[in-house]
Amino acid sequence: MSITVLNPGLLTTVQDLGRMGYQQFGVSVSGVMDPRAAAIGNILVGNPQGEAVLECTLMGPQLKFETDEVIAVTGGDLSPTLDGQPVPAYAALAVKAGQTLRFGAPKAGCRAYIAFAGGLDIPLVMGSRSTYMKAAIGGFEGRKLQKGDVLGLRAPVAGYANLHQRAIAPEFVPRPVYTLRVVLGPQDDAFTPEGVATFLGSEYTVTNEFDRMGCRMDGPAIQHKNGGDIISDGIAFGAIQVPGSGKPILMGADRQTTGGYTKIATVISADFRLLAQLKAGDKVRFEAVSVQAAQQALHFQRGALALLADVVKG
Amino acid sequence: MEQPRFLLTGDTSLSVEFGSEISEAINRRIRAFGLALEAAAIPGVTELVPTYRSMMIHYNPEVIGYAALTARLTAVLGGLDQIALPPSQVLEIPVLYGGEAGPDLAFVAEHAGLTPEEVIARHTKPEYLIYMLGFTPGFTYLGGLDERLNTPRLAQPRVSIPAGSVGIAGSQTGVYPIASPGGWQLIGRTPVRMYDPHRAVPILPKAGQYIHFYPIDQAEYDRIAALEAGEGYTCRCHAREEGAQ
Repeated sequence: MSITVLNPGLLTTVQDLGRMGYQQFGVSVSGVMDPRAAAIGNILVGNPQGEAVLECTLMGPQLKFETDEVIAVTGGDLSPTLDGQPVPAYAALAVKAGQTLRFGAPKAGCRAYIAFAGGLDIPLVMGSRSTYMKAAIGGFEGRKLQKGDVLGLRAPVAGYANLHQRAIAPEFVPRPVYTLRVVLGPQDDAFTPEGVATFLGSEYTVTNEFDRMGCRMDGPAIQHKNGGDIISDGIAFGAIQVPGSGKPILMGADRQTTGGYTKIATVISADFRLLAQLKAGDKVRFEAVSVQAAQQALHFQRGALALLADVVKG
Repeated sequence: MEQPRFLLTGDTSLSVEFGSEISEAINRRIRAFGLALEAAAIPGVTELVPTYRSMMIHYNPEVIGYAALTARLTAVLGGLDQIALPPSQVLEIPVLYGGEAGPDLAFVAEHAGLTPEEVIARHTKPEYLIYMLGFTPGFTYLGGLDERLNTPRLAQPRVSIPAGSVGIAGSQTGVYPIASPGGWQLIGRTPVRMYDPHRAVPILPKAGQYIHFYPIDQAEYDRIAALEAGEGYTCRCHAREEGAQ
């Protein structure tokens, strides 16, 4: 009832929806960067949407299955194969004991997710299975996977009668320019009108400095009224920090709970799936929407997931 | 008192900002707001994160939308002045000062023109307000350090500082909850685990409480450390006296 890590890949971690309720104590939320992709994977293999998955970054792992198990690979296209055969994206797949899942070159996006029917056997720490690398807690021994790690499965499933129905047309379509929708605030008033116009009117490029904490962007400097420092306050997932340099930083799942830089806007939840798939060189534009529109978009996205969960139940 | 402002922090949280400075008065308002929100138990509110001058409120917009939530919050804010704030709690933290536990005590003393004993006396006198936690699990941002003890950070930060180290950096003092690199001047160490992810209460300090340090000797340090390694040690926690410094 286990999986052996033959090669861990670049950065493969166990993540669920994150460690909720402890931000007031300085504990980062962590969790998947692309909640939608993880939720779809879980639905396809018959799990609750928030079950822990493996998050793979750019170069995915090699995993040998010691037991029959149904999995699904979602998110970015990191060229997964099973014993050499291409693995269909966004589809449940019955893996036999002895088979090996491998990843090749990243084709589209940055992060792929592997969902396991019945879930990974990972202990809960402060209510979550997410890996919080900075504090070395959660996930597999508080760290990214290493060669030789053996991951247990809680309740593996050999197959489903309706396996072929447990798939969706891949909706992750790579585009050369992403538009991320944002809600302005909390400190949009710390910028000049020209600064806000620059932010909303320019293209920004992802630099080499991007990880689960944050994604540094390059592009036209965003002008502050009185500098980029504030008295520290809370940081949301998707917050766009603009320090004194005027260059934006998109804050990810492993962000610190609080910070002292101005935040011009926050990426809307429905577009986290785009934020999660950014990698060096990608170009991004920002479009302001109202908080009501953002909440409507999230409502539609969650509604679609609920519908999918109903459909795959058969 | 400034009118609180609602700041948009995306579509699943917002921030209520109470002022534009760091002050005990603003912190009291935030603490009162936190208690009022707990009492109000607004459906859909999932997490509260108090900081220096604001309260971040996480919520599920499918349960309560932005407009409905801000209406509820406005009502809660309107009743804030009627709240009888219970006394703050003071957390008593034992500290072994100097020696290996506090290698920079002599430097801090020299910098202040005091003896090490006088530094300890001044460091253990105040009750320090916990304005907020952040940076790492259990790291407290404290207010109230004796100005005489202000000491610049180390020019060359240490690669690893043991958990429990008590230090000074500029006008700040605090405890390192986990082993980490850092440039604080280390004056002592507490055997108390400020943070233990596997404990029922993982993090000891809470925003709005106060911390008071008291000096202990090596024998007491060892006794508490042994308890922490076993069944655990419970810090003394008491109500703060009105008018205390």
